Amino acid sequence: MIRAILRSLLPFLVGAPLLALVQAYLPGDYFLIVSTIAINVVLAVSLNVVNGFTGQFSLGHAGFMAVGGYTAAKISLALVGVHLPFLPDAVSAQVSFAFALAGGMGMAAVAGFIVGMPSLRLRGDYLAIVTLGFGEIIRSLIENTSMLGSALGLQGLPPRTNIVWLGLSAIATIVMARRLAVSTQGRALFAIREDEIAAEAMGVDTTGYKVRAFTIAAAYAGLAGGLVGHAIQLVTPNMFTFIRSFEVVVFVVLGGLGSITGSVISALLLGTALELLRGLQQYRMVVYALLLVALMLLRPQGLLGTRELWDLPFFRRLPRLRPVAPASGGASPTEVRDEGGRGGAG
Amino acid sequence: MTELLQHLVNGLSLGTIYALVALGYTMVYGVLKLINFAHGDVYMVGAFAGYYLGAVLGTDRAPNVGLAALVVLGAMAICAALGFMIERFAYRPLRHRARLTSLITAIGVSFLLEFGFQLNPWFRRPVEFPPGPAPRFFPPLVDLGPALELGDATVPRMDVVGFLVAIALMLGLNWIVYRTRFGVAMRAVSFDSQVAGLMGIPVNRIIAGTFMLGSALAAAAGIINASSRPRIEPLMGLMSGLKAFVAAVLGGIGSVPGAMAGGVLLGVVEEFVSGYTSSRYRDAIAFTVLILVLLVRPEGLFGKGRVEKV
Repeated sequence: MIRAILRSLLPFLVGAPLLALVQAYLPGDYFLIVSTIAINVVLAVSLNVVNGFTGQFSLGHAGFMAVGGYTAAKISLALVGVHLPFLPDAVSAQVSFAFALAGGMGMAAVAGFIVGMPSLRLRGDYLAIVTLGFGEIIRSLIENTSMLGSALGLQGLPPRTNIVWLGLSAIATIVMARRLAVSTQGRALFAIREDEIAAEAMGVDTTGYKVRAFTIAAAYAGLAGGLVGHAIQLVTPNMFTFIRSFEVVVFVVLGGLGSITGSVISALLLGTALELLRGLQQYRMVVYALLLVALMLLRPQGLLGTRELWDLPFFRRLPRLRPVAPASGGASPTEVRDEGGRGGAG
Repeated sequence: MTELLQHLVNGLSLGTIYALVALGYTMVYGVLKLINFAHGDVYMVGAFAGYYLGAVLGTDRAPNVGLAALVVLGAMAICAALGFMIERFAYRPLRHRARLTSLITAIGVSFLLEFGFQLNPWFRRPVEFPPGPAPRFFPPLVDLGPALELGDATVPRMDVVGFLVAIALMLGLNWIVYRTRFGVAMRAVSFDSQVAGLMGIPVNRIIAGTFMLGSALAAAAGIINASSRPRIEPLMGLMSGLKAFVAAVLGGIGSVPGAMAGGVLLGVVEEFVSGYTSSRYRDAIAFTVLILVLLVRPEGLFGKGRVEKV
């Protein structure tokens, strides 16, 4: 148990100082692309929990992003003049930002739970279209609420999102997905993906697990929404259309359903590609669309399939610090081995 | 009463458009179990094809019934060809893969059409193509005179003609699906494509034919819609396509009469609710109706529930 917690904390402990270094030396021009990529990583990896791990096809990620983004924005705007006692200004600002992000995650999780409860009874394409519908309804409600700025959105948010927050959020999402994959909860999700009826027959509470996976994914989508709002100091309903949900699904499928590293790599690749294509100006999205079709035709199983990066032959040959049990061929997340630390998990 | 009648007229006019587009979704879903997300953009291409053919044939300057029919048929042919190409190059290579991969290529094709049509024109004669991002005015194909007065409600003659053409097309489709060899083959493929193949049905050709049929209907819908609401732009297929898909699901996806009923129902409900409350909720209405129907009757209004076996 303690070992599991330590292993989860390690990436943060290593990542934080590195991110602080990057934050200090990265030229300002690159901030926007780095933030786009990091936010896409958060979105893609969290959606992978629903689409990849559980095999449920959700198209409503942008809706939860909107809930999180608007909640965080509202909290931030309310806390703009507030200084916490005994703390320097800078620290106080960061604490209130953390509070805003947590609030956004919480609200998005609640929204995910409310949406997930009824809709997860449906399967396949029906689920896809219902989640898409909920996403659009959420956006439509925001657009018609004057308290949330209607179509203009909320402006003048403090620019709190920085490289450290982005990096830590991405790490948090990846660690969440990884820990989930090797836990009891994760095994149940894979069982549901492989065969829902069989899973139910084996005593897996399928609806409960599906709703929980959906809620977790929604919470992280809310985190991404909070980050994106504070990066460009603005939230508008048009940032969260179903096109955004499509984009995230594209990252997940292109990386390989169920592969965490695949999602990260495809978010990195497509984010960079879009940035490099900027020189093509108006042809940019056309080339992007062609790229999408071509990649899918060439690698229908996604870049990594269901494997993780370290399952690839190249990485298997690298020397290991600890001996690892040899994985039988065609390793998939279902075969992920967890060395210790299982006690009480899930 | 007047208001009610007016909303009903508008709703029927809108609903038949949804129904025509929904037919394309539902037929493709029937044979391939694939949501053809590019279908809404085929509808957009149909409207533009009508616009260009009208410009070439001169109906924009001198409206004419014969030429108008030619424009509609031409646009349907162009879209049928487009539908064939999309199926051949984006979906067929992935048919035996996970269905999600075809969905991504569908989104890719959809982006390609949307952003391709938003490019600045490459050439200006005989027509400006691609059209660019600005909305364009769709000139009337036929000159029908002033709107009809039905009590106090006004019914544009174009809406009546559009409605009749749409109904005629749907009857024609019904005939094809239920009375011809092609229709029998199509229903067989949708029932079980593998067994249909074993029975000697050329599955590939039937699927290609289904795409062409659906795309031709979408083109007709695009022109009918543009004649009643003459504003066309490259992104017009996005929301309309989505709502037409909702209509297909509403009626029971895979069911041809279901798509027709679902489309008309959705159009009427949308007009009524947005007419009596706020039109700003227009886009949310379709999805709310969908969610309510799916939660009560997940297979849609006309769909057949399938018993799940292990």
